[in-house]
Parts: sequence; C-alpha cells; structure tokens
Amino acid sequence: MDFQTILILAQDAITNSAIYALLALALILVFGVTRVIFVAQGEFVSYGALTLASLQTGVMPGTVWLLLILAFIAACMETARLLVSGARHKLPGALATILAPPLAIAALVKICTPLHLHLGWQLILTMLIVIPLGPLIYRVAFRPLADATVLVLLIAAVAVHFVLVGLGLLFFGAEGVRTPPFSDAQFTFANLNVSGQSLCVYATTIVFVAIMAWFFNKTLYGKALRAVAFNRNGARLVGITPHLAGTFSFALASAIGCLSGLLIGPITTLYYDSGFLIGLKGFVGAIVGGMASYPIAAAGALMVGFSESFSSFWLSGYKDVVVFTMIIPVLLWRSLTTAHYEEEE
Amino acid sequence: MIRRAGLISFVMLLLAVPLFPSFYLTMGSYIGLYSIVAIGLVLLTGVTGLTSFGQAAFMGLGAYTSAVLTTQFSWSPWLTLLIALALTIIIAFILGAITLRMGGHYLPLATIAWGISLYFLFGTIPILGGSNGIVDINALQLFGIELRDEHIYYYLIWGVCLVALWISNNLLDSREGRAVRALKGGVSMVEAFGASGLRLKNIIFIYSAVLACLAGWLYAHMQRFVNPSPFGLNQGIEFLFMITIGGAFSLWGAITGAAVITLLKTVLQGILPKLISQSGNFEIIVFGIMIVVVLQWMRGGIWAFVEKLLPSKPDRPIGNSPELAMRIQPERGSKLLRVDDVTKAYGGLMAVKNMSFEVSTGEIVGLIGPNGAGKSTMFNLISGELPRTQGNIHFGAHAISGLHPSHIARLGLSRTFQHVRLIPGMTTLENVMIGAYLRTHDGIFSACLRLNRGSDERVRAEAAKQLRRVGLEESMFVPAGTLSLGKQRVVEIARALCADPLLLLLDEPAAGLRYLEKKELAALLSDLRSEGLSVLIVEHDMEFLMNLVDRFVVMEFGEKLAEGMPHEIRSNPAVLEAYLGGI
Repeated sequence: MDFQTILILAQDAITNSAIYALLALALILVFGVTRVIFVAQGEFVSYGALTLASLQTGVMPGTVWLLLILAFIAACMETARLLVSGARHKLPGALATILAPPLAIAALVKICTPLHLHLGWQLILTMLIVIPLGPLIYRVAFRPLADATVLVLLIAAVAVHFVLVGLGLLFFGAEGVRTPPFSDAQFTFANLNVSGQSLCVYATTIVFVAIMAWFFNKTLYGKALRAVAFNRNGARLVGITPHLAGTFSFALASAIGCLSGLLIGPITTLYYDSGFLIGLKGFVGAIVGGMASYPIAAAGALMVGFSESFSSFWLSGYKDVVVFTMIIPVLLWRSLTTAHYEEEE
Repeated sequence: MIRRAGLISFVMLLLAVPLFPSFYLTMGSYIGLYSIVAIGLVLLTGVTGLTSFGQAAFMGLGAYTSAVLTTQFSWSPWLTLLIALALTIIIAFILGAITLRMGGHYLPLATIAWGISLYFLFGTIPILGGSNGIVDINALQLFGIELRDEHIYYYLIWGVCLVALWISNNLLDSREGRAVRALKGGVSMVEAFGASGLRLKNIIFIYSAVLACLAGWLYAHMQRFVNPSPFGLNQGIEFLFMITIGGAFSLWGAITGAAVITLLKTVLQGILPKLISQSGNFEIIVFGIMIVVVLQWMRGGIWAFVEKLLPSKPDRPIGNSPELAMRIQPERGSKLLRVDDVTKAYGGLMAVKNMSFEVSTGEIVGLIGPNGAGKSTMFNLISGELPRTQGNIHFGAHAISGLHPSHIARLGLSRTFQHVRLIPGMTTLENVMIGAYLRTHDGIFSACLRLNRGSDERVRAEAAKQLRRVGLEESMFVPAGTLSLGKQRVVEIARALCADPLLLLLDEPAAGLRYLEKKELAALLSDLRSEGLSVLIVEHDMEFLMNLVDRFVVMEFGEKLAEGMPHEIRSNPAVLEAYLGGI
C-alpha cells in the first residue's frame, strides 16, 4: 500500500467519520433526554436523499404524505388527551400548532415541485419535509411511552424502524439514487484530489458541531436540555418540561439525519434501506462514548470511519463485519472500566 | 377445569394439523420452530428484563454449523448438534460476560452488532456458500429411519417445542427460577439472599441462545438447505415482535405470538403487494404499527387478555414435608456482630465516622438517630451493599467488611429493605420462598427436569410456616403487590426469617404500620429473641423500640452519640438535645 492509497483511504474515512459523528451526537442527545435508543435515526438519512431525488425529477415525494398522516394522527391523539384531561379550551391552539406547519409545507411542496427550482431551494424544501417527521414520530410513538423502561422504548424504536423502512420502499421504490453534489469543484493538494462535496461535508460538520457546542453551553434552552439529559426528574422539578425537550431532541435527530443524507447522497448511492446501516455505524461511535460523552463518541466515529475505510481496502467483503465486531472489544473495555454495577431502573 | 380443557384442545389441534393440506403442515412446523426461539426470548425479555436481537443469529449458528459439518465432512447431525450447542454456549457466555455488568441496554446493542456481523459472515465466507447458501443437507436419522417425511418432522418439532415449554416452566418454578423472576426489581434483593444476579442473567441468556440454536439445527435438517436471509437482523427483530404481541410475560405468549406473526405474515405477503401493486416486504409496516399500538395500549400482549378470561389457578395446598435443616444459634450472650472503627466517606463527606458497637446473640439492638444521621449507611455497610472506607466488621469469627452481600448472606445475616423489595406479580408465598435460596442446593439442571420436587416442597412448607408465624397465612396465595404497605413490610420480615438467619437486620420495619400492627410486630420480635435470634433494628419510632430493645446505639452526624439501656438513653441529655433540639 503506497502513501497515495493511504491518503485516499484516509480522506474517505474522514468524510464518513464526519457523518457518523453527527449521527452519534444526535443519538446520544436523544438517549439522554428521552432514554430512547433511536435505532430508526438512520432512516432520515435515506429519506433526505430520496426526497431530494424525487424533487429533482419533479415528483411529489411520498414523505409529504407521511408528514400529513403523522400530523393527522398526532392531532387526534392530542385531541383525545386534551378532552380527557378536561382542557378543552386549549384544543384550537394545540391543533393549529400541530396541523398548520405540515399543511403549509405540503402546499409549498405541491406548488414548488413542478417548477424545477434551483438545487439550493430544493435542499431547503427537503429539510422542511423531513425535519418535522422527527418531532411527529416522537409525539405519536414515544411520548405515550414516556414512563416505560429503556427496554420497551428500544422495542418501540425498532418497530418505528420497521415502519419507516417499509414506507421508504413504498414511497421511493427499490432503486438507489445519487443526488447532485452541492459543488462540482475539484481541488488538488499534493497529488490528492479533494472534491468540493467532501469539503462541504467537513465544513457542515464543523459548523454544526460549533453551533451545537454554542447552543448547549451558552444558551438557556441548551443548558436546560443538558439538565434534562443529566437528571430527568430534577429538571422536571425546576420547571423544564420533558416533552418539549423530547420534541426538540427528535427534531435535532431528524435534522442531522436529513442533512447527513443530503451530504453523502452525491458520494454514495443510497437505497431506501441504506440509512439503517449508516445509522448503526453512528451507533457504534455513540457506544464507544458510553451513550453519554460527546467528544469520546466523536473519537469513536473516527475509529469506525477509519476501520471501515481501511478494511474495505484489505478485506473488502468483510468491511461491515469488521465495523460491527469492533463493538465487542469496545464493550469489553467499557465493562472493565465501569467500576460499579449499574442498577436497572 | 377450563385451563385443562384449553390445554387438551391445544394438544388436539396440534395433533390434527397434519390431517389438513400440506400448506398448513408447513405453517405448523414453522410456528413450532419459531415458538422454540420465542420461549427462550420470553424468559430473557419478559421474565428477566433483558433482551436480544441476536436470536436469529444463534439460530443461524445452529443451522450453519450443522450444514457445513454434515455436508463437507459427513459428520452425523447428532454430533454437529453438540458442536453447535457448545459454540452457542461459548459465544453467549462471552457476550453476556462482557455486557451484563453494565446497564441493561448494552446486551441488546451487542446482539444487534453480533447479528449483523454473523449475517455478513454467512454471506461472505466461501465455505458457507455465500448468498447461495448450502444445499443437499442430510436428513436426520433416528433409529435407522430417515426423517424425511414432513409429517414426522412436524411431530418432532412440536415434541421439542413442548419439551422446551415444560423445561422452561419447571425452571421458573424452582429456586433459581424464583430468583430470576426477582431480577427485574434490581439485583440487590436476590443478592441479599445469596444469589448472584450476574450469574443468573448470564444463565438465562445462554439458555435462550441454546433454544434458538436448537431451532436453527432443526430448521437446517428440515429445509435441508440454508442461506443467510432467514438469520438476519430483521428475523431477530421479528422474534422480539412475536413475544411482544403474544405476551412477553408468559410462556404461552411465546407460542401465541409465533402463531399470530407467522400466519399474519403469510396473509399480508399475499395481500399487500397486490394492494400496492409493487413487490416487497410491506408486512413490516403493519408489524411495526402493531407493536407501537400494543406497547402503548396492552403491554401484556394477547396472552394477558386470555389470562384475564381464564379462571385463576387453584391454590395448591401446602404439603406435609419434613422441615429444612436449621442453623444452630450460638450461645446466648456470645459476641455476634462487631463493628470496629468503621468509616464511610464520600469524597470529603463523612457519612459514617469511626463507628464501633457490638451485637450479642439473643439481643435486640436499636440503631437510632435523627434524619441523616447515617443509620441507613451504617446498615448498608454491615449488609455489604456499600464498601466501607476504613475499619472492620466481624460477624462471628468472619471478617465481613469487603465481602459481597451474597457472601455475607451465606454466613447467616438476613435483612429487610427500607423501600420494600417484593416482586408484586409473584404470590406472597413465592416471595417468601426466595428467602430460602441458600437452604437448598438444586441447580439449573435438576430444576429443568423437575428433580427438585422434594426439596422445593420443603422450602414451600418453610415459607408457609414463616408466613403463619408473622400472621399472614391468609394472604399466602395472593400477589404480594396487592397487600397494604404495612403488610408488605411484614412479608419482608417473613422472607428474611425464611433464610434461617443468625442475625436479622431490619431497616425501618415499623414505618407505615398502624398502632396495632406495630404491637404485633413488637410481640413477634420479642418471640424471636426468646428463640435465641439476634436482631439489629434501624428505626425512627422511639416509642416502638423503647419497650422492645435491650440496648440502643444512637447516631448523629455519622458518629456514635450514645449507647446504653433504654432508660439510660431516655434520660441522656445529649440524645434529648439531638432529638428534640434541646429543652
């Protein structure tokens, strides 16, 4: 293996690691705030790329229907909840906040789809469609289970994964897509070709991590979210509602997932079910971080990216085996360094 | 009666299936195979509170091991079964040993990874035939007869399934099984009675993996062809869906779920692609939605409904078994517990500081003090739940500081919990039986095969005796969760007595008791003392203790404030100051 190959593999590794790191951050946040191990997060990656591909071909993406259906179910559940708790006067306001944005987005997509807008506008439309899916899934599937054990929430998350993959096939078919790159530029540094898209991936990751760091360290709401992740009951006692925090963390999960899909859509071909495996690799990173530490999870994501990229060179067929088997020594290490016995809730 | 009729009609249905066209026979065989896997998963998920997404991978391990060894090396399938089981036990043990020490969600995450890795390995390793799989696997041979006939194989599968059901049922109704059922409430309770939570969890995980491996082996020699697709992560998830829908808390839920999901899948795979006019596994959408609905509205699954309709099981009367052997209490007045200059520090905070006191055989000592004095910390240092920072604790001739709670329990120390730790779904009698964990020694195998009957009956009789002793005989067969909090505290005492202790540690036993109940409790404790038992009570209620205990140890701010007879303590100015804030 010459130096040139190493550079190319490393570049590949860093690009993928950036995506895994973003996904790992979202997974840890969602787990901390809601205790949901959100295995379905990867589906937003596919949904993002496939929704953009539909918009490109001038077809109304199926995800818009999912958005409307979820909003409708959420509205029904909210109505039932408010009627049972006797807070009828809150009903119009609650229904407006749940139903109005999805309806507006659907209308906008309906108008814009045939216009073949510039790529930038289509990216924004895609995000508008996919991001609200996160909070709506939280409302419909997880919020009624807020008091359940981690185990029950995990089973629910796996069920949501099944639904989203099945719907992905229904909406987009079995064919893979490659979305257009954000930039066609090519740069050459010391014999190494770097595509503009890879630079976009790096830049977006850095900007996103910086925004998140600022948000969680400097803003009141970010601090409140960290408080919920640290101690749910304590946060509730000082007036931070866990439901709002849950909604926000799921919004962040769908946003990061969708963005990741748009970023790597031009680099790899994505199918309706590709997202799951990508999400799980982010998971391996998150597990390295013990589902709690953001910096260690980012390091774990780098580890996943590098072992994936280099094993694809040496043992191409065993790439995924290597990545997922790596979790065993990682868990062993965590098990040995975790001094106390963690009691179940 | 209705239960028996249900069981008979279930067996009749099983016997009758082969009379129908072969499509139903195939369905029946698959349901049987999946039931075997699901039974193991019920034990792991519904009973123990852990879960695995890797059961399909263990199934694949069984199927592929046998497929490769029988086709490539023409080994006998019976030999390959043993090899497959050995491999399964090793892998399950490693996965369990690595993850079970940490939080409950690490096992499912590890099994997701293991499931995916194995699936890709099946598809990539050349000797395993890649995605084409392995063909022409031998049929099983039994007494020289080849089991090629689908009818015979159907009976074989269901025979194995019913045996698995019987064994699992036996296991749950045994000494180890009761401890396993208690694990969901946290490990500290079972460990206080001498069981090892980690060991039990790992045993159950291995047990469920072994059942899955067995099903995979049966599958390989039924199909006589294997490829990777039935052993992927999706199948592993479907097993979990089966028990969620069927009912994760009952072994019958496993069979119900396997039947419902298998039949529904067949029906949906017929209808949905036509409805959508597109091909694909759209049934997973329906399954996913069903699971979310079941989890939100009927967490016990279908079987919980059936269970509600069935009449409750008749209470089996207590037999007349010989009593369990008892310890010989040491001579009255000899030193039993010696706490020697013990300190517990949390960083700079001294929760317990230089505490020393003794408890002699046959006396009741009250450990009292205002809120936050460090009484419960002291209690947990003695029972081994917390490690001490400094000092020594001796129990009889043994130094117990630094020992694991289960080890201390073995020496004859038995405790109750301040926050009641009973298993609400188990009967009061079964809860008390957990106390006798260390008094019989039947292992997993004798439990599975029902060889533990005799000693288990003796434990049952002992638990009934203790319940009679504390005056709760009439509540013996009701779920412990339905008792009032005061009665639950008394059940905790009965459970502790069931361990036949030398020293009874009681953590606030009178909290939540009414006046009369307190009087009865005091009478019970003084009876125990006259039988030679020693008791250390942590308590708030001075009045309750004043006429009961022989001696008081008073704590304040983690230190010993005073020690002496009740009348001395009553007039001790320092104690009055601490309790009443000075008059």
